[in-house]
Amino acid sequence: MSATSHLLKVVIQTVMAAPMTNDQSWFYALALGVSFLKCLLINAYHSTDFEVHRNWLALTHSLPVSQWYYEATSEWTLDYPPLFAWFEYGLSHIACFFDKEMLVVPNLNYASPATVLFQRLSVIVADVVFFYAVKECCKCLREDKGKDLLGKPSFILTVLLLWNFGLLIVDHIHFQYNGFLFGVLLLSIARHCQNRHFEGAFLFSVLLNLKHNCIRFIDKSRSSLFIKGQLPQVLSRLFPFKRGLCHAYWAPNIWALYNIADKAFSILGVKFRLLDINKLPKASMTGGLVQEFQHSVLPSVSPLATLVCTLLSILPALFKIWHRPNGARGFLRCLVICALGSFMFGWHVHEKAILMAILPLSLLAVDSRKDAGIFLMLSVTSHYSLFPLLFTTQELPIKIFLMLLFTIFSLASLKTLFRKGGALLNPLEVTYLLGLIPLELICEFVYPLTVWQKTFPFLPLMLTSVYCALGVTYAFIRLYISLLTCSDTTKKTKMQ
Amino acid sequence: MENWSLISLCVLLGLTARWAVSFHSYSGAGKPPMFGDYEAQRHWQEVTYNLPVHEWYFNTTNNDLNYWGLDYPPLTAYHSLVCAYVAKLLNPEWVELYASRGYESHSHKLFMRATVLFTDILIYIPAVLLYCFYFCDGSSKQKVATAFCILLYPGLILIDYGHFQYNSVSLGLALWGILGLGLGWDLFGSLAFTLALNYKQMELYHSLPFFCYLLGKCIKQGLTWRGFFHLFKISMTVLVTFALCWMPFLSDPKQPLQVLHRLFPVGRGLFEDKVANTWCSLNVLIKIKTLLSRETQLFALTLLFVLPSSLKLLSKPTLWQFKLALVNTSLAFFLFSFQVHEKSILLVSVYVYDVHILTCLFLRLVFFVFRSMLPLLLKDGLLLPYVVTSLAFLFLSLYLLSALERSTEEELRLGLYRKLTQRWLPKLNLSRIIKWKFWFSLAAMAALSFTSVWLKPPAKLPDLFPVLVSVLSFLHFLGFIIYFNQVQLMEPQRKKSQKKTN
Repeated sequence: MSATSHLLKVVIQTVMAAPMTNDQSWFYALALGVSFLKCLLINAYHSTDFEVHRNWLALTHSLPVSQWYYEATSEWTLDYPPLFAWFEYGLSHIACFFDKEMLVVPNLNYASPATVLFQRLSVIVADVVFFYAVKECCKCLREDKGKDLLGKPSFILTVLLLWNFGLLIVDHIHFQYNGFLFGVLLLSIARHCQNRHFEGAFLFSVLLNLKHNCIRFIDKSRSSLFIKGQLPQVLSRLFPFKRGLCHAYWAPNIWALYNIADKAFSILGVKFRLLDINKLPKASMTGGLVQEFQHSVLPSVSPLATLVCTLLSILPALFKIWHRPNGARGFLRCLVICALGSFMFGWHVHEKAILMAILPLSLLAVDSRKDAGIFLMLSVTSHYSLFPLLFTTQELPIKIFLMLLFTIFSLASLKTLFRKGGALLNPLEVTYLLGLIPLELICEFVYPLTVWQKTFPFLPLMLTSVYCALGVTYAFIRLYISLLTCSDTTKKTKMQ
Repeated sequence: MENWSLISLCVLLGLTARWAVSFHSYSGAGKPPMFGDYEAQRHWQEVTYNLPVHEWYFNTTNNDLNYWGLDYPPLTAYHSLVCAYVAKLLNPEWVELYASRGYESHSHKLFMRATVLFTDILIYIPAVLLYCFYFCDGSSKQKVATAFCILLYPGLILIDYGHFQYNSVSLGLALWGILGLGLGWDLFGSLAFTLALNYKQMELYHSLPFFCYLLGKCIKQGLTWRGFFHLFKISMTVLVTFALCWMPFLSDPKQPLQVLHRLFPVGRGLFEDKVANTWCSLNVLIKIKTLLSRETQLFALTLLFVLPSSLKLLSKPTLWQFKLALVNTSLAFFLFSFQVHEKSILLVSVYVYDVHILTCLFLRLVFFVFRSMLPLLLKDGLLLPYVVTSLAFLFLSLYLLSALERSTEEELRLGLYRKLTQRWLPKLNLSRIIKWKFWFSLAAMAALSFTSVWLKPPAKLPDLFPVLVSVLSFLHFLGFIIYFNQVQLMEPQRKKSQKKTN
């Protein structure tokens, strides 16, 4: 039954007060519920990404295509691939009905209520793609008949994906279109799982044309870039290597640990008079600007070095999967590892990129106990690492409530799903995760009241980043081990 | 999934919805010179902090009663005082005498919103959870679902976190009172309700049922020393609580009189805003103000609707009767009394959940939507949260509680109506009519909301839409008060609730 006819059936049944025998209604209830929540968040804080997208709406609407990648009135130049630019172009035609002023390029930082409403609604509506993809992913799961609704793997997966904390706060508060993009990714995965490989490959090419940092998945599918003879300019916009190793706030990856080690060594070196303090480079890595900087003690890292590290990190996984393919589950695991690998070792990685690993991992989590444990570790840690994105006091309760909501749900539901076979997390992992609570209290409540807030304002960010990097690295290693040691003779399941 | 995790999820969602609504505007934002309820609450913090107790309710040079003078009982004043101490710690400018009038800033708004959230978490939410678990029927999942729906009730959220008030305190305390009575802890229940009464005088609407229930219970225990002693204990609890709350005002006889004068301003007009009140609606047809001698007529009508319900409760003091009496009495007072505020209707809606899901849903929905809250909310710039929360609540209640399924005639308790129509229309399917009426009302509500926002009224009738909303709501409430009186007076009880009766 198609989605629209099903939805219509649900509505008619409600009106006629017939009992709901069809058990798919919960999906629509969850989707509608999360959409209501997103609507309530329309008035929340939005970051500069809001202005970025408004600017893109304006320039795609006002300028000819040949000018799109050259326009530089605003500092937020177009740095997504062409298909996304066309998407913005399409949106701009609807934007006319809300507020024509937002489509004027010189109107920098224009944010009238109608503009905010339109942009927020566009993200909410675009999420329909994500909803469809999640529904398709649920079809790939093994279904256990006779379980009550809250214990069904498809129900749990739906909530883990639709109500994903990271996606909610990045898309609907911070402001981005990740839901729509991840929808295409998940759909591509779902098609591969359903053995519709051609569709999967096609969808993946579409995705690459929408967001280029999916290029890390490129080994999994074929792709093609379609540009109107402006290749160099587009590429220079898409891959701005002039930016530094780390974002202003360090993503919790290897380089965060590398940076902190470098800092520690330099401090120790100066203390034990092994280094001359005057000879150390002055650039502060904890400064807020995106700079290129050098390390003091350890060797500086170049973009090429990160590329090499990334490739090295994912090669064993690729080799393993090439050598002994393990069906859909193996494919997914490799996908997650590639995403995590590029997150761990990539150049100028944004902490939002961790979502690219968490969302596919959710699919694995409802299927196996070990993966569920890894998922819990990774998701709680990386969701916490997203906290600095919402730094306003007004959003503080929201992010805490939503984080608790997602964490409690994932813990309780996965625990119920895998109740046979002991605990999902060992005591060390539990301690680590509980350590996030004092970390949050210190960083957001205690530290701002101390004297150090003025002299070292970025210390809490550094602490968060380093603490989370430990958890992410741990999850990465565990995932790798599970991939390399998993047996090839898996029983015939619906996923294959 | 375990119960505790389900409950925490519901509470967290409720809290998220509340805080998200608080992002929006509040009453009187940016509207000098008087601003609105938000400024009133802030002003009370200023007054209670800076002035001595005996000046709080008096018109002095330091305390201009015309600028949001205190008109709630002492507990509100003490609450404002506590908030003021916290405010002083954070930023003394917020409670500076005179200088802070009309103070508006983002951080101050956060502080005020946080005070509402704090009292909500402390008082109202635990009461709702306990109420649903002890006094609602069904499996534990159904109880959680009911609690969830109550927590997401848009009326309370929009008024407390949008418009800005502290209704959750008084409603929560009254709910604790009901909990106490339901569990057989009469003294605790009386204490809680007395505190509620001392927080907002609107709780007087509920005092009659409380009184009749407790009195009936004491009488039932026989006219022996046991019943009398019980009555004595309850009275002492009430009196001592009152004394403690009013202690600072008992030194001088003028004090309590002045406070009472502020709480019950009999000098004001019959109705202030467009409220779904009898007088307001009738005023459309007949110019009431000139025709009737208001005190006696008002008294008579209210008595007419309140007396049967209270007497029945007195004779049969069970929990079920008590709940129904609460609904009937508050509806009656709302419809027929004097100087009523639209927010008073909240009092009725919170307790109706147990009666029957569809009716309750209908009731709450109508209360909320048709209410003249709509013009009020529009004035405060709360259209978006209004639309989202009402749609979400409607959908959630229908879906989670499968409201429309449990609607046979017997369950809807349409006994009397059936008897009336039996003679002339024996084949009439009443339950189906009720269902269609529900959808029709919803459609009318949506249409009215739409027209209130987007269409301009004709020049000759500038108040057309608020008055239409009031009149339609009034008709619905009238229908409901008749229905609920019928349910209460026509007993028999449901079998399930018998185990909870005392």
